[in-house]
Amino acid sequence: MVKTIEEINQKIREGNVVVVTAAEMKEIVEELGAEKAAKEVDVVTTGTFGAMCSSGAFFNFGHSDPPIKMQRVWMNDVEAYTGIAAVDAYLGAAQLSETVEEYGGSHVIEELVKGREVELRATAYGTDCYPRKEIVTEISLEDVNQAVMLNPRNAYQRYNAATNSSDRLLRTYMGTLLPNFGNVTFAGTGEISPLNNDPEYRTIGVGTRIFLCGAKGYVIGEGTQHAPPYGTLMVKGNLKEMKPEYMKAAFFPGYGATLFVGIGIPIPILDADMARFTAVRNSQIETKIIDFGVARRDRPVVRKVTYEELISGKVEINGEEVRVSPLSSFYMAEKIMKELKREIGRGEFFLTAPVDRIPTKGVFKPMRQKEIKVVKSVMVEAHTISPDTTIEEAARIMIDKGINHLPVVEKDVLVGIITSWDIAKAVARKRKGVIREIMTRKVIYTHPDEPVEVAARKMEKNDISALPVVDSRKKVLGIVTSEDLSRLIAR
Amino acid sequence: MKLLLRFDSKTVKEPVLSKATLKTGTLINILRASVGARRGEILIEVDDKKAKEVEDILKKQGVEVFELLEAVQKDEERCVHCGACVSICPTEAITFNGEKRVILDAERCVHCGACVKVCPTRALSLPL
Repeated sequence: MVKTIEEINQKIREGNVVVVTAAEMKEIVEELGAEKAAKEVDVVTTGTFGAMCSSGAFFNFGHSDPPIKMQRVWMNDVEAYTGIAAVDAYLGAAQLSETVEEYGGSHVIEELVKGREVELRATAYGTDCYPRKEIVTEISLEDVNQAVMLNPRNAYQRYNAATNSSDRLLRTYMGTLLPNFGNVTFAGTGEISPLNNDPEYRTIGVGTRIFLCGAKGYVIGEGTQHAPPYGTLMVKGNLKEMKPEYMKAAFFPGYGATLFVGIGIPIPILDADMARFTAVRNSQIETKIIDFGVARRDRPVVRKVTYEELISGKVEINGEEVRVSPLSSFYMAEKIMKELKREIGRGEFFLTAPVDRIPTKGVFKPMRQKEIKVVKSVMVEAHTISPDTTIEEAARIMIDKGINHLPVVEKDVLVGIITSWDIAKAVARKRKGVIREIMTRKVIYTHPDEPVEVAARKMEKNDISALPVVDSRKKVLGIVTSEDLSRLIAR
Repeated sequence: MKLLLRFDSKTVKEPVLSKATLKTGTLINILRASVGARRGEILIEVDDKKAKEVEDILKKQGVEVFELLEAVQKDEERCVHCGACVSICPTEAITFNGEKRVILDAERCVHCGACVKVCPTRALSLPL
């Protein structure tokens, strides 16, 4: 049995369409089987509500008198991109305010959708056709010609979950990660998420009409970084028609601004295969838990995991139970599925056939870089001392060699570090004795293959000026100092 | 009842809790303590019936006392129920209910503020 989109739309017009949410569909297919379910059900609504950084909006502000060709533009001190026509600009959700902390493009978008005014400020170089060089005014959504939400990457089909093996708390775009595998966070709504219910992208494609933050929106194509089964969508919708309850500005502490976006997509049940697809369960949707404790692009995989385990609130890592936070709202996703179901049932929302398919294959390539500078290329020979060296002797070595840091080594293993400041302190306090008594024992160190940016961030975060370079057995191979690094950057 | 005690540079040096226990004969459960050289904050739990008595003794010794009747406050307009706070809460006072909404259990909350710091929509705040 095969249905067409047009037949389903006819049923919507006549008011006898059968719409169920993705959550309900699982039960129906389990009870009736895919064939029968496909006969009974016409549309399945899916939903997701999560922090989607790759979001933003295009604006056309209208022309001022005298006119201005905006070269730089700010909305509530959040800069928008205006390298396009005179009064067009794109405000990114993740762009930060230049004056207000923990405020970004997403917050500006939320204020506008709530009907508030925001300050528009622009500067320009002035031309014969656009003589004006500066403007400051207040605008609301009513005042602008167009306000189009256009999100390059939304609705991730599935996403890597996050944890943290390191001994410090990490504040990331996956939320706050407690040290020593203290928690796990994940994103995506699993079995009710749009793309998981149409994994071959048969009905979700270019031109698909969707529910976007309370308004009708459209899929424009696959999103950036689309790499099935980690599929993504690029979407657009009219910001002026959106409802504040289906979006929310957010700020992930220590990371930055982002926007919670609510998306609902109706899946037409054209045949038994579509019924089978929409019956997918969380236990069948797999992802990986990766370790953010390693600040590299290719973070180590801690383990594989299903959405069922993640949603249960607890997962096991190295034999221990670890608590889990979703970062997507299942409450809101459910609300969106139900709202879309209601709109279709009332004949307010019609389905579309895709104008074009989105790719079912794709790879997410790393950046082409000239080279990745690693610590090995900047480290210098380290002069090490034993913990039994006297303070006086250590001071003499520093002066003789013209250095400020001496890694302390015992039996070939790094056990401490001493700086010229430590020596100065000991002298000021008239302390005599050996290095063991005054050395720092908790040494922050690096490895020869660590990128210099990671080493630099370690120094910055810990407010120190050098890192011993060690191998996996903590044998000292060299030292890298902030001076060496700044010389590298200055080049 | 939970009582939040604030100590200044003088009271922080005194064994005020032991005094309160000895005088009232009440067991005092310390839920959270952050005591420095010049000031401190301790969250205690005492039997409801004895709370007033303990409070009076502490106040007499110069300790600021606040009765904590509620959990961390949640702004329902801002909360999107993402649950970023759920795995952060050390006492498992934050959970999902049957509707998948984030709810707070005042009984378990020790007002540590860990959730306040991680909330992406700034929906959480400490009542004091």
